[in-house]
Amino acid sequence: MKQAPMSLRRRLVLQLLGIAAVLAILLYLTVRTVANSAAEATQDGVLGAATMAIAERLQGGDTGVSLDLPYEAFSILGSISDDRIFYRVDANGETLTGYADLPLPRHAAPSVEPVFFSDFYREFAVRIAVTNRAVLVNRQPILVTVAVAQTRQGQEAIAQRTANLAAAIGLAAFALAALLSMLTAGSVLGPINRLADAVGRRGPHDLRAVDHPSPEELRPLVTSLNGFIARLRGALSRTETFIAEAAHHIRTPLATVRARAEIALRQSEADETRETMRAVIRAVEESSRSASQLLDHATVVYRSDRLADGPVDLSKLLQGLARSHGPTAELRDLTISVSGADCPVTVQGDRLLLESALRNLIDNAIKYSPPETEIALSLAARDGKAVIAVRDRGRGLGGRSQPELARRFVRGANVDDVVGSGLGLTIVEEVAEIHGGSFLLTERKGGGTCAELVLPLR
Amino acid sequence: MRRTGPALAVILSLAILRPAAAFVTEEEALFPAAGTRAQTVTVLSTTDADVLRPAIEAFQEANPDAELRYVVASSQEVYAAIAEDRARFDLVISSAMDLQMKLANDGYAARWDSAATARLPDWAKWQDRIFAFAQESVVLIASRRGFQGLPIPQTRRDLTELLRDHPDVFRGRIGTYDPRASGAGYLFATQEARQSDSFWRLAEVAGGLSPRLYASSIDMISDLKTGRLALAYNVLGSYAGPRLEADADGVVVEFADFTLTLLRTGFVPTDAANPVGGGAFLDFLLSARGQALIRDRAGLPPIDEAALSASPHLRPIRLDAGLLVYLDRLKRQAFLTEWSSAMSQD
Repeated sequence: MKQAPMSLRRRLVLQLLGIAAVLAILLYLTVRTVANSAAEATQDGVLGAATMAIAERLQGGDTGVSLDLPYEAFSILGSISDDRIFYRVDANGETLTGYADLPLPRHAAPSVEPVFFSDFYREFAVRIAVTNRAVLVNRQPILVTVAVAQTRQGQEAIAQRTANLAAAIGLAAFALAALLSMLTAGSVLGPINRLADAVGRRGPHDLRAVDHPSPEELRPLVTSLNGFIARLRGALSRTETFIAEAAHHIRTPLATVRARAEIALRQSEADETRETMRAVIRAVEESSRSASQLLDHATVVYRSDRLADGPVDLSKLLQGLARSHGPTAELRDLTISVSGADCPVTVQGDRLLLESALRNLIDNAIKYSPPETEIALSLAARDGKAVIAVRDRGRGLGGRSQPELARRFVRGANVDDVVGSGLGLTIVEEVAEIHGGSFLLTERKGGGTCAELVLPLR
Repeated sequence: MRRTGPALAVILSLAILRPAAAFVTEEEALFPAAGTRAQTVTVLSTTDADVLRPAIEAFQEANPDAELRYVVASSQEVYAAIAEDRARFDLVISSAMDLQMKLANDGYAARWDSAATARLPDWAKWQDRIFAFAQESVVLIASRRGFQGLPIPQTRRDLTELLRDHPDVFRGRIGTYDPRASGAGYLFATQEARQSDSFWRLAEVAGGLSPRLYASSIDMISDLKTGRLALAYNVLGSYAGPRLEADADGVVVEFADFTLTLLRTGFVPTDAANPVGGGAFLDFLLSARGQALIRDRAGLPPIDEAALSASPHLRPIRLDAGLLVYLDRLKRQAFLTEWSSAMSQD
């Protein structure tokens, strides 16, 4: 199984957090390094000053080098922190006073300015300052080396405090960056989410191009999406056109076949042949009806893209349909009544589609009504809506729900021998939807079906 | 008293019993455990066992399993025992701050961290290694009889002028420490010389009056009481106070210009066999109970920051690396040479 790639938000947040972490660590190291070197420089300065102060007290003379160790030198060293102090004064390579085993730099460059180095003495890490002086003894210059060592516990304490502070600063910076990265991720991904919402909100048949305002980076996606939609629409329309063409081309020869079959039925006297002819006529009738419904459906789908938008008087339409279906109804001993169509009820819409929907409803009613019943057509305008109802005394819905019956090529369980394609209700529902209305199919009290087409009045 | 005489074994000159020890001890006292002995705490100290006895007994009441061996030696010997002989003790107590400081500086003192040491003010400790449990002023003691009606001086300048104006009264009757023989005397003299030039003026004047030199405060106090001395300079106030209290003749003077204040300190050595025991005894000395016992029963003033700020003339000797300076070989030589030439003018 292919693993889903990481979410953009997560990826963005993680990468920003990574950058923030790196920057926080850099900040921590920088603060630490700078503070440590500052602390070391300060302590070196004091240590150097103490070494110089001692060196200044060196005195020559006739008997040898003497030294008056200044109290303040050590006291000041001790005043910054309680650190250990070791010292050593060498004259002519011999230790004059102090700790004779205190390490001296191996490559002692004679220098008046103190030289600093780090070493270990008596298991303690120490910083050592060394300075050299020439002292005259018996008029002969003697090289005296003064070394002062100090442990760095005070500096370590400072370093520890600095490190804690630096860590706190780093953590705070990281927390701030984390917060900002969440906000950034949200604002960067906002347009994508809004585009997805805009596309997701569309109805199932909405194949218009996406014109949602999008940032530059999303434009290629929108363009591709629109291209895809256009291709899809093209393919659909070609399919419907093909179906319509096919239905049209089938219907005409079928009419001819039917006419010929009826003539043959009338002329033939053999029972067997007449029976065959009746079956042929029934089959042709069924095919012709299916073809005509396919054509209707194709028309609905095709026209839903470019809807003819004009005023349609429903009362006139209903009366016209009642008239045109009159002969068919009479053949089956049915009566069609029309109520509420005395004054015009006008809606905005596509006359052809509305007519097709209503014709399908009336056809259904005629098909499924038992003889000597009435089909009641009614038109009413209420609450800003026009309601057209077709009521029959037929066999009802047979226990199946409306959404099921309205699916393409699905027919009721109780159709028995009645011919049909299963497209009729689909067409009605689609027409209702295109016009922003609704279609309701219910069982009628006392048997039969009540089909209601509700359209908004403009 | 719970403990009676025989329980305390006092052995003079311990060197006979313990030939391995090169340093010279003055006294060894054994305080047996009150209950079943589970640990031994050995203390090396410059303070007499009798002075700390009440505190030690109270400590053992709180720790019945602890036996305490208390060895007394001079401050120089205490230093030698730790630095040179590497003798193993659990607590080292000394009034020689400079030597204690040097031992700690050179790495012989272990870190000891406890609630009791945390309460100590910063000036009374160094690096969580050395801790002061008593602050003792260094005073002048005078005999009213010996002064023959002369006013008792309150500053060094008063004293200098008095000696200069009345040499006959004081000739041969001035006592002070011999810094060559006594570590405490050397510490007092050097700290005073560091604090003020008046020390050298005083030394010069006193030097012309055949001063008598001592190695201990106790001797100076007793010579003052017998009338051999008219005054003794740089005496430990904690010894002088109780001994002259009942004596109408003796006067203890804390100089108003400044009075050195010595810190009696202790530390747990790195070599301690029972550092927890040594630290526990140190904690006891620093505790409220221990401090009260030190004040009331030992006569040692406990660590008291308020007392210091109430008496601005008291100047505690700073427990810092500066103390190492006068231990420098050349520095000591130079100081003692100068001191000798000031003091012996006859």
